[in-house]
Amino acid sequence: MDYTTLRHFADSWGLLAMTVFFIGAVLFALRPGGKQAAERAAQIPLKED
Amino acid sequence: MKYGNEIILLALAAFAALLGAAFAQDSQFGAHMWVLFFALVAGAIVLLRTSNYAPVDILAEDKSPYMDGPIRYGVVATVFWGVTGFLVGVVVAAQLAFPDLNIEPWLNFGRLRPLHTSAVVFAFGGNALIATSFYVVQRTSRARLFGGNLAWYVFWGYQLFIVMAATGYLLGITQSREYAEPEWYVDIFLTIVWVAYLVVFLGTILNRKEPHIYVANWFYLAFIITIAMLHVVNNLAVPVSFLGSKSYSLFSGVQDALTQWWYGHNAVGFFLTAGFLGMMYYFVPKQVDRPVYSYRLSIIHFWSLIFLYIWAGPHHLHYTALPDWAQTLGMVFSIMLWMPSWGGMINGLMTLSGAWDKIRTDPIVRMMVVAIAFYGMSTFEGPVMSIKAVNSLSHYTEWTIGHVHSGALGWNGMITFGAIYFLVPRLWGRERLYSLRMVTWHFWLATLGIVVYAAVMWVAGISQGLMWREYDEQGFLVYSFAESVAAMVPYYVVRTIGGLMYLAGALVMAWNVFMTIRGHQRQEEPMPAAAPVLQPAQ
Repeated sequence: MDYTTLRHFADSWGLLAMTVFFIGAVLFALRPGGKQAAERAAQIPLKED
Repeated sequence: MKYGNEIILLALAAFAALLGAAFAQDSQFGAHMWVLFFALVAGAIVLLRTSNYAPVDILAEDKSPYMDGPIRYGVVATVFWGVTGFLVGVVVAAQLAFPDLNIEPWLNFGRLRPLHTSAVVFAFGGNALIATSFYVVQRTSRARLFGGNLAWYVFWGYQLFIVMAATGYLLGITQSREYAEPEWYVDIFLTIVWVAYLVVFLGTILNRKEPHIYVANWFYLAFIITIAMLHVVNNLAVPVSFLGSKSYSLFSGVQDALTQWWYGHNAVGFFLTAGFLGMMYYFVPKQVDRPVYSYRLSIIHFWSLIFLYIWAGPHHLHYTALPDWAQTLGMVFSIMLWMPSWGGMINGLMTLSGAWDKIRTDPIVRMMVVAIAFYGMSTFEGPVMSIKAVNSLSHYTEWTIGHVHSGALGWNGMITFGAIYFLVPRLWGRERLYSLRMVTWHFWLATLGIVVYAAVMWVAGISQGLMWREYDEQGFLVYSFAESVAAMVPYYVVRTIGGLMYLAGALVMAWNVFMTIRGHQRQEEPMPAAAPVLQPAQ
């Protein structure tokens, strides 16, 4: 595998995979029903030590 | 026998260091191995004196739910290295203003400057990150640190790394890579310590009793893993001799430059930003006793920060041999970083909503709020400076130094001080700090010190940049380089004063922490009372 192959992979499939993962992660955080889960998670440090 | 294996290993390592000193290929490596030898012997002697020969089952095993010993040591080390690093900073600032203070060969500017950067970033910041991450991961996972004494190895191994790095600089051993100056053998040792750190942290998360992994741990974990990757790749090198201090990088030319700034900028992004955001997401909610403003925003903050930061490094190489497309890529990703940075800043600040009066009544909250404000300011300034047109003025000038210090002193320093003031009474079981009034003193000394420092460096940097590009009508440069250096002297003097104020604040903190640990409480007027809590109408 030479530099050119690697570079073409990086700016096509690599870029696509990372973009899809990122958008997926954001959408998952904003999913319906995520709010209650997030509010429970936010309380974790405030429960007893 | 308690610590039996540890004592034998230390003795063997000390013997190896002695052999290294005896067969050294260059005098610097020999001197460095003597330093290592004495450090290891001292460690072995301390362990021998605390050891005992009672059978294992009689030795009371610590069954407390959390392992706080390494955290206590870590907090003390943070304060110690903080004061040391700030002191060296003041010395190098004074050396620039008064060149006669350069004492050759060990204490000249070229050797002390990496000592200053490593002391504040890795010794002060690193100890703060290790100690707070151990504290936070246990509390938010409700699990004891994984790996037993491995956490102690992480603490002491990291201190040995600091001592080896610092003494190496003074001896003149350097591989001349920004923020990664230690030579190959110190790098290998740090890799081992760092993997142990990852094992302790990740093992604790895997043992957790809380189903969800709290967001602060995500940031800490991203910091640990990314630093491991950056450290290994940036330090790929071939030593000239296995008993010598010199090595050559595996990369050359512009690839080497890009590797160095891929490392350098992500040291800022993942060591000084992601790790310290982990601190923010735990200690700010704890100190104001409210959950983080938006937990979902903190998740988006996390993913966008780690996806964008890793590409920003090329902005350190504008107008160099680096291809134009790579420079533009670095610039564009730096500008996109505005969004997660400001999202995170708003998330941190809005955690106080409904409790804004605490800024007036609680000096620790005030410190944290100023830290977050400086996070916002320096992450606004950074992308501005990464724009090529701005960079053509700001690059290689004191403006960069001012920018770095508003981030480091303002954001990293202040959030760490806030975490230390939060931790010390809890870790040593004290009712409160020795003195809250002294926290206020620390706050004002530090804040005014940063303001003096950053403002002076803006003026100095912009004057410098304008002098360098000033042409007369015939196309000749108006100023020689030496004239632009001479113009800096008053700014360098005032900058030293700003640094002295910041150091004075840290000394106030050191005294406050020392007296709190000793169990004293200062007789003083209480802080203005908090406003009565209003109950919503039923």
